[in-house]
Amino acid sequence: MSWVSRLRGTFRKEEIEHELDEEVRAHIEMRAADNIAAGMAPPEARYDAQKRFGNSTLLKEDAREADIIGWLDSVAGDFRYAVRILRKNPGFTLIAILTLALGIGCNTAFFSIVNGVLFNPLPHPHPEQLVTLGESKPNFTNGSISYPNFVDWQKDNHVFSAMAVAREYGFTLTGLGDTEQLIAKFTSSDYFTVLGANPVIGRTFVRGEDKIGAAPIALIGAGLWKRKFSSSADAIGKPLILDGKSYLIVGVIPEVFDLYRSAHPTDVYVPIGQWNNPLLPMRGAGLGIHGVARLKPGVTMEQARADMQRVTGNLAEVYPDSDKGIGANLTRFKHALLGDVQPILLVLLGAVGFVLLIACFNVASLTLARSTGRTREFAVRVALGAGRGRLIRQLLTESILLALVGGGLGLIVAHWTTRAALKMLPADMPRAADIHLDSHVFIFTAVISLLAGILFGLIPAWRSLDLFLADTLKESGRGSSGTRHRAQNVLVVLEMAMALVLLIGAGLMSRTLSHLWNIQPGFDPHNVLTFSISLSPTMSDANPAAIRAAFRAVSENFAAAPGVQGVSTSWGAVPLGPDDEQLFWLDNQPKPSSENDMNWTISYVVEPDYLKVMRIPLIRGRFFSAADNEHAPPVAVIDEVFAHKFFGSANPLGHHITFQQGELRAEIIGVVPHVKQWGLDSDESQSLRAEVYIPFMQLPDAAMKLAPTGTTIMVRSDGANTALFDSLRRVNKQMNAEQVVYGAQTMEQIISESLAARRFSMILLAVFATMALILASVGIYGVISYLVGQRTHEIGVRIALGARRWDVLQLILSQGAKLTIFGIAIGTAASLALTRLMTRMLYGVSAADPLTFCGVAAVLGIVALAACYIPTRRAMRVDPTVALRCE
Amino acid sequence: MGSNKDVLQGTLALLVLKTLARGPMHGYGITLQIQMLSKEVLRVEEGSLYPALHRMAQDGWIKAEWGTSENNRRARYYSLTAAGRRQLAEEEKSWARLTQAVAQVLQHA
Repeated sequence: MSWVSRLRGTFRKEEIEHELDEEVRAHIEMRAADNIAAGMAPPEARYDAQKRFGNSTLLKEDAREADIIGWLDSVAGDFRYAVRILRKNPGFTLIAILTLALGIGCNTAFFSIVNGVLFNPLPHPHPEQLVTLGESKPNFTNGSISYPNFVDWQKDNHVFSAMAVAREYGFTLTGLGDTEQLIAKFTSSDYFTVLGANPVIGRTFVRGEDKIGAAPIALIGAGLWKRKFSSSADAIGKPLILDGKSYLIVGVIPEVFDLYRSAHPTDVYVPIGQWNNPLLPMRGAGLGIHGVARLKPGVTMEQARADMQRVTGNLAEVYPDSDKGIGANLTRFKHALLGDVQPILLVLLGAVGFVLLIACFNVASLTLARSTGRTREFAVRVALGAGRGRLIRQLLTESILLALVGGGLGLIVAHWTTRAALKMLPADMPRAADIHLDSHVFIFTAVISLLAGILFGLIPAWRSLDLFLADTLKESGRGSSGTRHRAQNVLVVLEMAMALVLLIGAGLMSRTLSHLWNIQPGFDPHNVLTFSISLSPTMSDANPAAIRAAFRAVSENFAAAPGVQGVSTSWGAVPLGPDDEQLFWLDNQPKPSSENDMNWTISYVVEPDYLKVMRIPLIRGRFFSAADNEHAPPVAVIDEVFAHKFFGSANPLGHHITFQQGELRAEIIGVVPHVKQWGLDSDESQSLRAEVYIPFMQLPDAAMKLAPTGTTIMVRSDGANTALFDSLRRVNKQMNAEQVVYGAQTMEQIISESLAARRFSMILLAVFATMALILASVGIYGVISYLVGQRTHEIGVRIALGARRWDVLQLILSQGAKLTIFGIAIGTAASLALTRLMTRMLYGVSAADPLTFCGVAAVLGIVALAACYIPTRRAMRVDPTVALRCE
Repeated sequence: MGSNKDVLQGTLALLVLKTLARGPMHGYGITLQIQMLSKEVLRVEEGSLYPALHRMAQDGWIKAEWGTSENNRRARYYSLTAAGRRQLAEEEKSWARLTQAVAQVLQHA
């Protein structure tokens, strides 16, 4: 029954209040009447009756709070009161909200990046079953899978429900309007099954259609479908002419989420058996084919690895020449996608958390400072019967309100900064498209606003109430402000420590980056342009002589273009770009029976002008000339690493290398310095570094037949023409309308992109560190200001007693210096512990680099002292007569 | 043992229930009745009476109705419910036990 009456009570609240009022009034009237009857004068009689009741407001409040709705009502009252109080103090409120908006905003912005990249589930069905595959070989932990190996892996394994491979490629599309270069992918039949992609119309590949020699079919992407077929359903069954060969369109497929995503969506998918590369059926070939597979339900990674070990072990026994020492590398898909990025993001997440903490500490400090002015207000409320819990609830309501408003503003700030940050992200940052403000982000913002409000509200509330309730009411609470100082001092010291940590992190990163920039790649990347070229599709069936003639014409025409200083065709590896390796043996050795007895080298197939284009010096002997063509004896040039590894200190000139491909036997005619193939900083630690250069025209005929599609051209210009590629494109078109040049990049861009991830972290860390520094200096300014305000009287006394301005300066500044030194000390200790987490990201500096530590500490010290400057000047200007007067 | 306030509250409830057992009464009347029956020893703090009445009404021991008082004013009359009667019996028993125990301690201390 009591519940019913409670329920009734909630809906009849106003009525109940009136009733209670009336009841109490009746009671008072009755007593007053009795008092009069007993002889009291009427006003006294009433007064006496009322006095017995005491505080009617408290009565009503107590009666009301007896149920939940009453409680909620009093919370609402707190809220309204909080709004009034905050509006009365616009200065404090504004600064607090802005500080919180800054802290919460950058956390929200960063969280939305982390959310999109790390937390959002992958778009595939059952993504936890997906695994990436590669061959593990002596020089490559996760290398290319050869096509014959893939076929056997697919057949023999027991742990995968489906397995597939893919390889990126480019085709020239003709016969449908303008000739276009298409982004393509060779895939095996099960590729779309593994990744869970369904066609928009038509079908995907069927088992068996990826075999070598099967019928030429293709799947097109949504973009191409729209561009060339106006998204009409009759695209199915139409022919697509790629590199001069006709493929039947069997379906349209939306973009597939695979590991290797280029910036542009894939236009066409072709079964891998259609690749006319003569090396495709070779078990030992490394053609850049990568694999992906789906585990059977319930199979663990250990079981899968064990099973694949069995499969590759069997293959090694049956084909020892090509497969000895080759195993399978399995990585969880998500890890393969994010593995490199995860530690960086987590470090940055910690950094941005520090910024929020500093912001909260600042607002807590402000709140503490303000609470001295509210002692009277608290006194009145305590006299009215409020308990400590009630007061704390009131203060918390104010801080949570501040935090929520700050958080809301921060959300808006985050929205803008996220968009700016997205433009800055490294191009290969996985899942960048998935970053936006969604429900996760909103919830995150709300939660940290709430936590922030409680954090910066609770501590000052507790402290100021403790002090207040212990004290009696004094007009000048000087004793209590001593302890309040300590809390503020602790906060400021912690703030500066955290700012120091962030500044050191940013400093280390920027030194790393400058070291990386200064690494000599082995060539001069300025004013070098690289792009790919595909000859007209009619050349696909041409004989090697015609192909060579075509390339000669290409080189001559480009070299004649204005501003061009040197041109070289390039096949095989490109420094800091795609790699290509060859097997070989030396001198007069007989051909080794197994590939395991041959050696690997990185191979560059270039023209005589290459040294001029790349400005690589010559150390010994000579480089190629136009005379080293297809009719002359084969020659080769090696780099210093090759010379040292295979010839020691002996003179390598005159020795011979025989390449496995085409069994080409070349004489070594020169030695050049090493260039960094694998990465500016990672090249040193690679195991395969030997390099060899072969003249382009001396490529074996079998390889030359593949050259018409996707050969690289490297051009050095004088740098005057900023639209160089456009000029070259016009030159190209004049040569042949069906010849396509595409994919232009300058070598500087390539180098810059290899550093993009590190640059991104550096910029973010620098931004966070700057924000932390600003907030911390505001913090110390506030504390010293407050200190000066509290001690104005004391300073007045000192000056009156003969202290000089200089002494006052020392007094105040020493306070500031003490705080700063403590902050730097704690910060340094914390940095030494924390920067160890960054070691993987650093290059050329240790995580405890003394130069950075000292430099940053000095910067922080100077900024902190500068922040103390204004309050110190104010202290020095204290007029003792005024100060002493305000007792 | 509970704070001072609690013991008094419990006792107040007992006194109010006993008073109402004689018949329905309004708040002022309850105050006077307790005062008179205890020969002026016990004075009900008027500030604590109405919250106590409110609580007891919520617990279902008493119910309230509007009526007219002796001097023709509208006043709220409280009366005992069946549950209230049972509660009164319980409280009387506990009180007896309590006083007996205290008396025993005082005798033998």
